[in-house]
Order: sequence, then C-alpha cells, then structure tokens
Amino acid sequence: MLVNRKLILAHFWFAFAVFALALVLGAWQMFIRSPLGDWLSDPELYYRSLTAHGTVMGYVFPTLVAMGFGYAISESALGQPLVGARWAWTGFWLIVVGAITAMIPVALGRASVLYTFYPPLIGSPFYYIGVVLVVVGSWIWVALMSVNLRVWKRAHPGEPVPLAMFANVAGSYLWAWTAVGAALELLLQILPVALGLKSTIDAGLARVLFSWTLHAIVYFWLMPTYIAYYTVVPRAIGGRVYSDSMARISFILFLVVAMPIGIHHTFADPQVGAGFKFVHSTFTALVTLPTLLTVFTICASVEIAARLRGGRGPFGWVTALPWDNPVMLAFAFSFVMLGFGGAGGIINMSYQLDASIHNTQWITGHFHLIFGGAIVIMYFAIAYDLWPHLTGRAFTDLKLIRTQLWLWFVGMIVTTFPWHWVGILGMPRRMAYFDFADPALAPQALSVIFSAIGGLVLLTSGILFIVILARGARAPAADAGAYRFSRAVHQPATVAVALNSHALWVALMIGLTVTNYGYPILALTFDQGTSVPAVYVGAQR
Amino acid sequence: MSERELFSFRNPYFSISVGMTLAILVLTVIAGFLVLPYAQTGLKFTDAWDAICSAAGLPRRAALVTPPAPAGRTSDVVLTSSTVSRPSQESIGRGATLAQRCAICHGPTGISRADSPNLAGQYAAVIYKELLDFRSGARTNATMSPFAANLSEQDVADIAAYYAYLPRLPAYHPAPQLPKPHVVIYGAPMRGIAPCGSCHGSLDNKTGSPWLEGQSEAYLKAQLHAFASGERRNDISEQMRNIARALTSQEIDEAAEYYASQPAEVVKSTD
Repeated sequence: MLVNRKLILAHFWFAFAVFALALVLGAWQMFIRSPLGDWLSDPELYYRSLTAHGTVMGYVFPTLVAMGFGYAISESALGQPLVGARWAWTGFWLIVVGAITAMIPVALGRASVLYTFYPPLIGSPFYYIGVVLVVVGSWIWVALMSVNLRVWKRAHPGEPVPLAMFANVAGSYLWAWTAVGAALELLLQILPVALGLKSTIDAGLARVLFSWTLHAIVYFWLMPTYIAYYTVVPRAIGGRVYSDSMARISFILFLVVAMPIGIHHTFADPQVGAGFKFVHSTFTALVTLPTLLTVFTICASVEIAARLRGGRGPFGWVTALPWDNPVMLAFAFSFVMLGFGGAGGIINMSYQLDASIHNTQWITGHFHLIFGGAIVIMYFAIAYDLWPHLTGRAFTDLKLIRTQLWLWFVGMIVTTFPWHWVGILGMPRRMAYFDFADPALAPQALSVIFSAIGGLVLLTSGILFIVILARGARAPAADAGAYRFSRAVHQPATVAVALNSHALWVALMIGLTVTNYGYPILALTFDQGTSVPAVYVGAQR
Repeated sequence: MSERELFSFRNPYFSISVGMTLAILVLTVIAGFLVLPYAQTGLKFTDAWDAICSAAGLPRRAALVTPPAPAGRTSDVVLTSSTVSRPSQESIGRGATLAQRCAICHGPTGISRADSPNLAGQYAAVIYKELLDFRSGARTNATMSPFAANLSEQDVADIAAYYAYLPRLPAYHPAPQLPKPHVVIYGAPMRGIAPCGSCHGSLDNKTGSPWLEGQSEAYLKAQLHAFASGERRNDISEQMRNIARALTSQEIDEAAEYYASQPAEVVKSTD
C-alpha cells in the first residue's frame, strides 16, 4: 500500500540527482590528482570540489534515500497511509533548501572546509546553516517514523511489528541520537565563530563531538542496505528469511553498539586519553557481531531460495540462484565489497594497526569501498525494486541494469583496491596534488592511474543508472501489485516485548554514550585555554 | 508482558542485555585504564589513580622537566576579526597624518622608490602586526625600530587603516611578467615547503600574510635570507623560518623575481 508515491519519488529523485552531480566531482578529483591530469594551479579548487562531494555524499544523498525508503516501508509494511504526510513534505523541502544553502558558499569557495568541518578552519555561516537544515529535515522523518509505528501499535496491540519497520525505526533512532554530536559542534562551537561572535574555537573538543556523529552515521547509511538484505533480497529471489529473531537482534545490536565507538577516529589526537581510545576500540570490535550475524542469516536465507529452486550439494546450490535478477546480482556484489571493506575496517578500529594507515589513502579507499560500494549498490537495488511500484511502470531492459551494476562493482574494486595499496605505502589523504616525478612517489603512479580509471568507470555506471531510471519513467504502464517484504521461515505470531520495541535499546545506547563520551567531552569543555584562533576560509584583511 | 515490565530484572532480555553490556564495559575499562597503562614500559606511575588519570587524558604538568627557554622574543600580536576591520573615517585620517613620517622611505602614496615595501593597499592586519612587532622588539631594524617605539596601539591601528585604504598602484619596479615558478605554485612537498602562493597571493591570501605582488625584489630576498639565518624571528610558529631555511638560494631568487614582476592590481581585495 503505497499512497504517498510522489513524496517517496521526490526523495529518491533529489537524492539521485545530487548523487550524480557529486559523482562527477569525485571522478574529476580522482583524475586531477593522478598522473593523468596536470597539476592544479589552484589547490583551493580541489578542496572546494572535495567539500561539495563529501557534503552531498555524506549528508544529503544517504539521508534522502533512508527517508524515502523509510516512508515506503512505513506505508507498505504497516499497511497504513503515512501519518503526517504534510510534515514529511516540510522535511523534504528543508533538506532541499538546506542543500542549496550549503552548496552556494561551497561553489563560491567560501566554505572549502571539507564535509568533516575541520575546525579551526571556518567557512561561510551559510554552509553550516545549510547542513543544520538538512539535519533538522531528517529529524522530522525520525519523529514521523516513531509516530507511525505508535499509531500502528495502538491499532494492533500485541502483534509483532513487521521486521522492515522495526529495523527502519531503529535506524531512525540511531540517526537522531548520532546527529546530536555534530549538531552540538555546529550550534555551540562553529556557528558562533562563523557568525563573528567569537574568534577562537576548541578544535580538540570539536573533533571529539564530531566523532560522536562520524562513526555511527556510517551505520545510518548502512541501515537501508541491511533492511534490503533482510526484507527485499529473500523475497526478490524467491526465498525466506532464515530467522526473524536473528534479524531483530542484529538491528538491536547496531542500535546499541554503533554509537559509543567514534573515538577510534581520533586515535592520533592528543586531547583524548589512551584509556578511552581503548574502550572505543573494543566496542568498535563488537560491531562485527551484527555484521557477522547478518552474513550468516542472509547466506542461509539465500541458500533456502537456491534449494527451493532445486539447488544441490554443499556449494552447488550457488549456481541455482537467479543470477539474472538485478537484486540478486547487486546483493552478491554488495556482500563481496562488504567482506573486503569490513576486513579493512577491523584494521582501522584496532588501536595498534591503525597507526600504520592513519590519515592515508587507505582510509579513503576503505570508506568508499564500504559506503560507495557495499551500501550504494544496494541503494541502486532498492531503487530498481521499488521503482515499478512507485511509477506504475516496469523496467524492460534488465540487461542494461545488470551492466550498470557490473560497472559499479568493477569500477569500485578498480578504484579502491589501489587506493588501499598506496595508503599502505604511506600516501596521505586530502592532498590536491602529488609530485609523481619525485623518485619517492614515482612507484605509486601506476596504482593511482588505475584508481582514476576506476573513478571514470564509476561515473559511467552512475550516468547509466540515471538513464535507466529516466527511461523507466517512460516505459509502458504495468501494475506491479502491492509492495511486499520477505517473510521468515517461521513467521512469528508473537514476539517478546524487548524484540518488538526500542525503548530498552535506546536507553542502552544513551547510557553507553554517557559512559564512553561523558568524561572526554566534559573534561575538554571545562579545560580552559585550549581554544585556538579560527582560520577563516577565503578571508583577507 | 507489558511495556512497563520491560525495564525489570524479571525480564530476561533486560537482565541479560544490561548485564552483558555492563560486564563488557567494566572489563574494557579495567583493561584500558589499569592493565594497559602499567603494561607500557616507558610510563612510570606513582599509584593506580595516577595511571587512571593518565589513561583518561587528564593534562598533567611534567614537574621535573623545565621547558626550554625560547630563543629570543617572538611576536605577541593577537589578531581577531575585530582588530582592524571596518575602520572609521577618523581613523584613516589620523593614520594619514601619522604616515607622513613614513613617506620618506615608503613613498608619499605608499609606493616606495627605496626598496622598502610598498604599503599602499597592503592588508591592515599585516601593517598592524609588523608595527607592533617593531615596537615590542620581536622584529628589529635600525630604521624602523625607533619609529615604532613611541606609537600607541591606536596609532598603529590608524596607520594600518590608512595604508590599507590607499589604492594599489603599479610598482616602481616594472619588469616583464614571469611565468609562475615551481616554488610559488607547488612548493616542495618532499622538503616540507608549502607553496609561497598559498598564503602570499597567486593562489590564495591568508590572514596575517602580506600580499607580495610588485614588492621590491631586493627587499623580498633580504627578508627570506633573514628568516633563514634566524635574524628575523617574528613568525610565531617558525613557519617562515622553516620554509626559508629549506629553500635553495635559486628558489629564493626565483620567488623574489616573480613577485616583484607581478602587478599589484591582481591582488585579491579586502572584504
């Protein structure tokens, strides 16, 4: 039951439009920094582009996908029209206005601070205000998801909340809480300086507050992908979810342990004590649990589908899978990239191993492989799966869709594997150019060229994706029926209250935030004399 | 089971999840704040509380180590966004009167004919900082130091406002425009040299850094050599001294020649 189709389509279309623009910038950055491009005479242009790319890809694009998919889940999983559709439109327009407000100063070179803000660098206040509007818009979505679940629960007392909605609301609560860190940094620290009310800023405190957001935001990006693993993939390939409870426990674990781990982003920062770094490192290791649970459950679910299709043998069933189905293909690619990216992530979260790759291109390679690869390819799959239900038109050219997915997968591997490699060789990240004529850097030139070619492949795939969606809007009308989610092997009739509600897990999430972040934040807040003069971007006196 | 019974130790989900979370937390805290600090052979603690404070990142004074004395005084000027912005007409006028004594070297219109810096249109923050540095002795010069000795803070701000207000004019050292040298545009990353142009114009201008276009070649070279030898030391973080020390004399010549040949009109204007 999809009633507010326009609302959902608006979210997806705006998300994919800005995604395509940011993709062009990303490919240009890869090219200009490689030996194929001439050195930029103005490195500021690179950082301007990087800020736009990061802001769109980090804040605008995934947030809109999560929101659009969230509204679709709420309507079709709960089987009730969205409560508060007018508020949802308000949230959408806040994001549109916020994104434009933020991008204008970036385009003018007034806010080349990168999407992670990097105080004491300070850009135009409009950039930060724009980002705040995007976050506020998304908080409306969080509230609506909660309200819609409550309305449904009141009408269906004691019934198990559909898995897709349970996970969707867990993701929204995670986002609501994790965005608080950056919001505090923006409102209390950066904006007063950007508006000229103050001229110094405590960069150390700002970095700790941002780390509050920076890691769990990744799990917020991941949520639509994981929801699709559990509730779209098995249905699309004709299988069943192996265990409904295991799925709920995975999402609960994400909610609880995704938050109190962000300080692993500040392993090299002197203002955070080593004890807290160790605690955060350990809790980051716990995030592997829900991921491994998911890998097991989904592989089992896929095996069920294969065996239902007549698959035989310990591994022979893999060939029985519907490989020509785009969702199947996207999911397989996603798992491969999740495997490599996850393995790299375990190195990043380790307090000791991180020292060898900290702030190198390895890190950029890592988060592109996880986010750009494993996560975004499932965003494509979600769009392909949902589009016919939104537009009332079916995709006719599945071969083109498969080509697009293949290009994205190959492009991402070709981009990120050499990226990891040059990172191990010590190439720093956030650099506008490298002197590949220098004997110390010359051996890395070939890897960087491969990486840049991968970037162009990704751009091709991205353009193809937009073309496919646009052509889908002109395809002949076809009724796709109601939008459904996977059913479990043992579809639960009743679920324990703890697995059917979020209160306990939200309480644990907040409690762990207090234990793991409370002291570092309070100590830095009350420690006098740790502020430094702000460095205004593009300012002259 | 009602929502109320969720938060009760009779609920196994509650007791197991809270218990496991607490257990993991306590174990990691013991490991991170006691076991691991003591495992570091290089660290010495007086007691367990000392180890915990160290792991929590509590700033401690190293009582036994005396900090090295700074080698000579450096700039103590503080620039804030309100220091020299939006000067009044009176300030500029007072600055014009005060600046008459500067004209013999820096020119009546702020354009020098004596290899002194051209001050017309220079950023106010730059003039403000240099004059205060001359006054405090952070920067010394046989001619400038006596001039600056008796200026009040307001005088300095007025002079800075006046020169910043003057229009930039073509320099007295016209030369064919040269291509941008490597060191100006790219620096030398492998030697830790940032591009000159990233702070001083041609790529970007940063607060507190003078624009250099059209300045005297002899003056620019002399200052770079003074930074390299440590004779000039009013760059707080030694950014100019570190760069100048690493520059070859050929690079110094190229950079000075290039900036001297540039017309001052290309400088980015003040806000």
